[in-house]
Amino acid sequence: MTGWTIHQGIAAPMLEDNVNTDAIIPSKEMKRVSKAGMAEGLFANLRYEGDRDPVAEFVLNRSPFGNASILLTGSNFGCGSSREHAVWALKDYGFRAIIAEAFGGIFFDNCMANGVVPVGLPKDHISEIAAWCETDPEARKPLINLDKMVVCTERSYSFQLPEAGHHMITTGQSPIDLTLAHKNAIDMFAQKDKATRPWLYHPAQMASPGKTISRATSSNEHKMNGIADR
Amino acid sequence: MIPCTAFDKMMDLHRVHMFPDRSELIHIDRIMLHERTGSVALTSMMEEGREVAAPDSVFATVDHIVSTKPGQRNAARMPGGEVFIDAMRETTRQFGLRLFDTHDPRQGIVHVIAPEQGIALPGITMVCPDSHTCTLGGLGTLAWGIGSTDCEHALATRTLRVTRPKTMRVNLTGIRPAWMNAKDIIVHLIAAHGAAGGRGYAVEFAGEAARNLEVEARLTLCNMAVEFGAFTGFVAADDKVFAYLRGRPFAPNERRWDQACAHWLSLQTDDGAVFHRELELDLSSISPAVSWGTSPEHTVPIGSAIPEPANATQKGALEYVGLAPGRPLVGTALDGAFIGSCTNSRLSDLRRAAAILKGRRVPEALRAICVPGSTSVKAQAEAEGLDQVFKAAGFEWQEAGCAMCFYAGGETFAAGDRVISSTNRNFEGRQGPGVRTHIASPETVAWSAVRGRIADVREAL
Repeated sequence: MTGWTIHQGIAAPMLEDNVNTDAIIPSKEMKRVSKAGMAEGLFANLRYEGDRDPVAEFVLNRSPFGNASILLTGSNFGCGSSREHAVWALKDYGFRAIIAEAFGGIFFDNCMANGVVPVGLPKDHISEIAAWCETDPEARKPLINLDKMVVCTERSYSFQLPEAGHHMITTGQSPIDLTLAHKNAIDMFAQKDKATRPWLYHPAQMASPGKTISRATSSNEHKMNGIADR
Repeated sequence: MIPCTAFDKMMDLHRVHMFPDRSELIHIDRIMLHERTGSVALTSMMEEGREVAAPDSVFATVDHIVSTKPGQRNAARMPGGEVFIDAMRETTRQFGLRLFDTHDPRQGIVHVIAPEQGIALPGITMVCPDSHTCTLGGLGTLAWGIGSTDCEHALATRTLRVTRPKTMRVNLTGIRPAWMNAKDIIVHLIAAHGAAGGRGYAVEFAGEAARNLEVEARLTLCNMAVEFGAFTGFVAADDKVFAYLRGRPFAPNERRWDQACAHWLSLQTDDGAVFHRELELDLSSISPAVSWGTSPEHTVPIGSAIPEPANATQKGALEYVGLAPGRPLVGTALDGAFIGSCTNSRLSDLRRAAAILKGRRVPEALRAICVPGSTSVKAQAEAEGLDQVFKAAGFEWQEAGCAMCFYAGGETFAAGDRVISSTNRNFEGRQGPGVRTHIASPETVAWSAVRGRIADVREAL
């Protein structure tokens, strides 16, 4: 993933509260065991009717918002299901920033893991940005600067991000690799833990396996039975 | 010693490292996976050549996509859904992970089987790429839902980087009436404080009324912490939890049992510990909860009128559900009823619903479905004859899985149908295109199904 620091784009207003991840991408749009190609399903239930006919009033079907890369929305955006597909769909469509009063917690983390910045601003600031854009959305494009942590219109609005999230978005570095830099500490913790919480590593017993358990399952159970002291 | 909340104790015990921004690297003890999102995470790890750090700590099952229709155990419930089941089998085999597959007696909804198998334990950290992982807080487990990328992180490193949420205590007081399900309590809390009321908090449910809840009710209570917007919810473990867990397959063995219990007992909130926020909820003030709109916060006590819309979101919700403000929810005609989901599909839920259904029958035109939460729950229910009660009342009796809690394509209720449902989400289209969902306790679902309209469960007793 490539990182980014500055982005300017058309802001689409969807000023509702509690837009949940089912609405962002309905489950029936999640057809493949993959993270790619989710844009088609973005807001599908709101965006299309009948046989994929665009709903004329829906914001992304109105010019110029089809080219939007910033979403202005209400409180608790991305609540509900943990499906990361919601962020993959937004990103695949072209969104780089979601400006909301507040976010669903899991969605907030999912955004940062995918280079989409979740910008939390008070409601009146979001209304102000929306009003500024409204007169000429194609020309009046908000600018997001992650060095200065501001959204700029004719005014500038500060926001905050957790340091780890900021690092992920701006560098595009894999958080797994960042954490693996602490592998020694993790291994030491795990080693010590086996001594302090032995009960966690010595389960009572395994239930009698079912008929069609895969080989992997039974070999693992065998292994776990092996370490269980009875 | 400085008084400390149970949540902070659990976090402290799992801290591997603290970063300069005060976020923490937290050790993850056990990980649950299901085919809908787990398959995506494992596939991505294979593509990137990553290893699963501790395969013995990972437990996978199939619940979301698998058909719950009797006799179709290996099919998907949506066209093309087999790819998720196949990918789950293939990736778990490649990584050498346990899979409770379709014909395994341990199969079931991931949050139902984790307690049932003794995988979830008090004070341990657990994650799953599923928002309702907070259910496990009912055992005193520190469990929360994550996305796929974080799941890959947990699988590959056995840790997650977490910014510690604030702490909230919800003190439950008063006597729980016989009709009340823990569902009524948590939905009431969400209605009172909003779907974002718990945002940024880890919620401890405490007080005598919380301790009086049986273990399965606590799981229901914590299940909807995410609908409250919370990081997670939990009830500190006590003797009831220990009795529930003892002897379960992945719970500690007898030799280590006392040591485990002693550890778990130490994970209580100390007297004098200060929470960032405290709420009180008197159970005697709660009526049966039925939602009217498209968010769990769109709920009023069952006897009250549907409110005038306060904003555009509520106006849109009323349009979607086809209801007018000012009239009561009670008496609204129903097309369907559903009992199931990680919220309310455990044996105690089925027993309580069956007690209402016994000797009664739903109207011919109403489609009623019961989906037990796990293969084990189904078997126990059948051993007690509950399946016969459901069937005699006109309910379909299906195999274990998530089923119609969410729509992913395939068969569901008809567009425009009004369904009363023991699930956790009443979002637009959640149970199918145009389907209008009213969330309620399984007892309320059962009684309303019998009456063919939204009904007050207190009449049934």
